[in-house]
Amino acid sequence: MREKILEAIDKNSKLSVSDLAIMLGSTETEVADAIKEMEDETIICGYPTLINWDKVHCERVTALIEVKVTPQRGLGFDKIAERIYQFDEVQSVYLMSGGFDLTVIIEGKTLREVANFVSAKLAPMDTVQSTATHFVLKKYKEHGLPLVQTKTDERMLITP
Amino acid sequence: MRNPLSETVIGIQPSGIRKFFDIVSEMKDAISLGVGEPDFDTPWHIREEGIYSLEKGRTFYTSNAGLMELKMEICRYLKRRHDLDYHYNHEIMVTVGGSEAIDIALRAMLDPGDEVLIPQPCYVSYHPCTVLAGGVPVTIELKGENEFKLTRQQLLSAITDKTKVLVLAYPNNPTGAIMDYGDLKELVDVIIDKDLFVISDEIYAELTYGRKHVSIASFPGMKERTVVINGFSKSYAMTGWRLGYAAGPACIIEQMIKIHQFAIMCAPTTSQYAGVEALKNGDSDVEMMRDAYDKRRRYVVHALRGMGLECFEPYGAFYVFPCIKSLGMSSEEFAAALLQEEKVAVVPGTAFGDCGEGYLRISYAYSISDLKVALGRIEKFVARHAK
Repeated sequence: MREKILEAIDKNSKLSVSDLAIMLGSTETEVADAIKEMEDETIICGYPTLINWDKVHCERVTALIEVKVTPQRGLGFDKIAERIYQFDEVQSVYLMSGGFDLTVIIEGKTLREVANFVSAKLAPMDTVQSTATHFVLKKYKEHGLPLVQTKTDERMLITP
Repeated sequence: MRNPLSETVIGIQPSGIRKFFDIVSEMKDAISLGVGEPDFDTPWHIREEGIYSLEKGRTFYTSNAGLMELKMEICRYLKRRHDLDYHYNHEIMVTVGGSEAIDIALRAMLDPGDEVLIPQPCYVSYHPCTVLAGGVPVTIELKGENEFKLTRQQLLSAITDKTKVLVLAYPNNPTGAIMDYGDLKELVDVIIDKDLFVISDEIYAELTYGRKHVSIASFPGMKERTVVINGFSKSYAMTGWRLGYAAGPACIIEQMIKIHQFAIMCAPTTSQYAGVEALKNGDSDVEMMRDAYDKRRRYVVHALRGMGLECFEPYGAFYVFPCIKSLGMSSEEFAAALLQEEKVAVVPGTAFGDCGEGYLRISYAYSISDLKVALGRIEKFVARHAK
């Protein structure tokens, strides 16, 4: 049941408990309990909204930063990752395999704000060896959903 | 001047759907639950394969029966999913959609006067294709109380010494009914005993919910008297590609290929290459779509029952077939009034045969949010007209 619920709300967190119960052939209590449990266990960590900010004429800059760090004895990468993700500007932090260690995605209002964050906060950290900042020019798809959606139903209204 | 037209063609009634389509298409901003095709796009990897075949310049005819690679994949698929054994070389042919396969199967099998049993309500083409093939369509009126399954008794009482072919179309459009192993088993010995042949239209075979599709060809003694018709339209959301196939005894397939070769030549080459990709790597797409349909199915059935409409559990296809007899309107009256008053288009059951009277076909090949809006309007309508 848990997996079924997660699959159903993965792309649409607005589905109500009663709709979910109908669609999954379950009861409202069962669905509500399962969701509550998964929230408590932080399997479900939140219900954000996917917004295409480009359409609201509101300045936003996203950057992806490749970060090389020195892992700390006994703590590995977790400690440094935590120090980074605590900043509000930071949207995502991933530990990577390959040429660098952490991918840090940050969002700021202006280019300057992002630059400041990197030069004043991120780069000077003791364990950070180097950073490489890439600015996002345009977002096409996020969370499995295309951001530019102009699709209309082209089917004929009635077909056999 | 002489009449340029054939009496036979003149005698064929235009599809009841067509009539309703004309009314709907004049209506501005109507929402429709009347569509008989998936709302999903063809999965990208399948489309991409079609594009690639065009880039490669694969723009020639294929052999009449279809690409060898596709026929082999079809055989593997039929074995994998429906436990059917066919030889790709003599027992499979690729057609322009399931609808071509229906037409040429009938033409290959019928002589003038041969009777074809057609259980209704059903897809609109069996009847006219029988007539065009010189056969005599004999309607079997399926009953709501049997959940629109064909019963042994109904079959027995429809058979005459002229009966040659039985059309079976499960999972069914428009009713959403399926026939499971036990239901089919009841028919098998009658079919064999009376020496009938079956055209089994299994185009919705992938879309069953909670129960597995069983092909009548998988029963002992049935493979040699069954033409299985299937295709890519419903399972892979590929309606516009026009790609289907028939599997059956070599002697029938051979004659079907003969008609196909003169009338059609071959199914579209681009579509055939895309079809190979669909069968090779498309199982998970089918599963994803089936899962989505199943959620919508539960949602629609629940909503219709909530309105007080009687609605048997549809285990297949993507249609619900609620009964509206309690409202004291005919199917056509209901559909026309619903369209006028609430701007929602559904198809009257009578478009699929007279015994569809009192029922509506509601398609759930729509997103949940679309269904929600449309069902809300239907609910208002039903409440207003309830007796």
